[in-house]
Formats: sequence, C-alpha cells, structure tokens
Amino acid sequence: MNISSILFYAISTIILVAGILAVTSVKIFRAAIWLLFSLVGIAALYFWMQVEFIAAIQIVVYVGGIVVLIIFSIFLTQNSGKEMNSPALSKKIFSALAALLGTAFVHNLIVHYEGFAFNSAKPFNPNVAEIGTQMLSTTSHGFILPFEVVSMLLLAAMVGCIVIAMRPTNKLESESTIFINKD
Amino acid sequence: MQEIPLSQILFVSTALFFIGMYGLFTRRNLITMLMSIELMLNSVNINFVAFNKYLFPDHLDGLFFTLFIITIAAAEAAVAIAIIINLYRSHNSIDVENATEMKN
Repeated sequence: MNISSILFYAISTIILVAGILAVTSVKIFRAAIWLLFSLVGIAALYFWMQVEFIAAIQIVVYVGGIVVLIIFSIFLTQNSGKEMNSPALSKKIFSALAALLGTAFVHNLIVHYEGFAFNSAKPFNPNVAEIGTQMLSTTSHGFILPFEVVSMLLLAAMVGCIVIAMRPTNKLESESTIFINKD
Repeated sequence: MQEIPLSQILFVSTALFFIGMYGLFTRRNLITMLMSIELMLNSVNINFVAFNKYLFPDHLDGLFFTLFIITIAAAEAAVAIAIIINLYRSHNSIDVENATEMKN
C-alpha cells in the first residue's frame, strides 16, 4: 500500500460520493455543486493516470463550461433554494435495485475476465506535441477527418442554440406557433 | 502506479455509470437528468483513458476518443439547455411530466 494506491482510493471515494450526492440531493443547486466536485475528482483521476492534457481539458470544458452553463440555467428557470419533489419510494427502491444489480453484474464480468494482458513494451507518452501531431495528421493513425466533422458539429450546435433560444419577435407568429402546439 | 490493476479503475467507472443511471431513473427535472447524463459520459471517458494507458500504451486512440466525447458532450449540453430554456418559456416548468403535448 504505497502513496499512489492511497491517492487512487481517495480520488475514487471523492468521485463516487460526490456522484451519489449529485443524483440524490433534493436541492437542485446543491446537486449542481456536487456534480462539480465529482467532475473535479475525475480530472484528478486523469492527473493520477498521468494524462495531464485530458485532465486540463476536463477542467476547462466540464468544470469551467458545462457546470457553469447548468448553474446559469438553474438560475434562469427556477427558484434555486426550493426543494424538488422527491420521487415515490417504490420508484427509488426499484431504481436503486436496478443500479445495484447492474453494478454487481458488470463487476462480476470484470473480475472473471482474464484477458487484461498488461502491455508494458513501450512507454505511454501522451505529451501535447504528440497529440497535436496525430490530431492533424492525414496518415493512417491521424484524426483529421473526425476533427473536421466535429468542427462542423460545433458550428451546427452553435447555430441551433441561437435559433432555439431566440425569442420570437413577431407577436402574431408566436401566437400561431402556440396554436399549432396546442392542436 | 502498477499496484492498482486495470479492473479497479473499471470498477470505479462502472459504479459511476450506474449512479448516473439511477439519477436518470429517479429524477423528473430536465436539468438534473442532464447532470446524470454528464456523469455517465464521464464514466465512459475514464474507461477509454484507462484502457489506452494500460493495454495499448503505444497508441493514443483512447485519448482522441475522450477528446471527441468531451467536445460532443459540450455541444449536447448547450443545445439541451437552449431547449430547456425554450420549454420553460412556454410551460413555466421544466418537469418532464408537464411537457406532454407530443404524447398522443
């Protein structure tokens, strides 16, 4: 039991406890803050696995982007101190049972699988220069095509967000839209 | 580092995935359901990075899958929140029970 193992167990405990609190907290703002702790714990797990670039991306995109977006939408749409309706007890019990059964099943599969041959022939070298070269390379291990496709996806998502969230300017047009929706 | 086998990292990500599934089953609020989906996507990312590091250290393919999943999750969250705000504007609520126009 050296310091690395202790760090791994501490990080895992933080991730799982914060995750459980994020899905069970009755106050929505607290749930968002617990989600933030869970995501920071996952970034710490990436640092522990020595993939610093992914950990930095995790912090920038998830913690700095998505959680802040979620918190803003909580402020825009509801009373953040109000307690949410708790689900029915039977639903809670059956969902927890399903989750526990699924975890036990997959854990059983992982424990009895023998094919995880540890391959330490070559060192794992995920530095940023290597990632950048391979990302924009057109050879057989390059990722230029997914890179371009994902850039189109981001453009489409940006335009889509603006169109969806835009308030309809024409009063008559908005009324007709509501009429169609109710029909 | 080598004391922790791959199976323990896989167990953490499995537990995180089923925590997200539990949240998706029990929550009735759209924003909290979105938060559960983010947890599930993150557990998949942990799996990709762990498999890449432990089993195929001479390639970087798992890291690229993780990068693209993070990008797509960001786009998905942005579109979902635009839809949620639009839904709140027309229904004054973001519970999934109240948005039933398309049911019949």
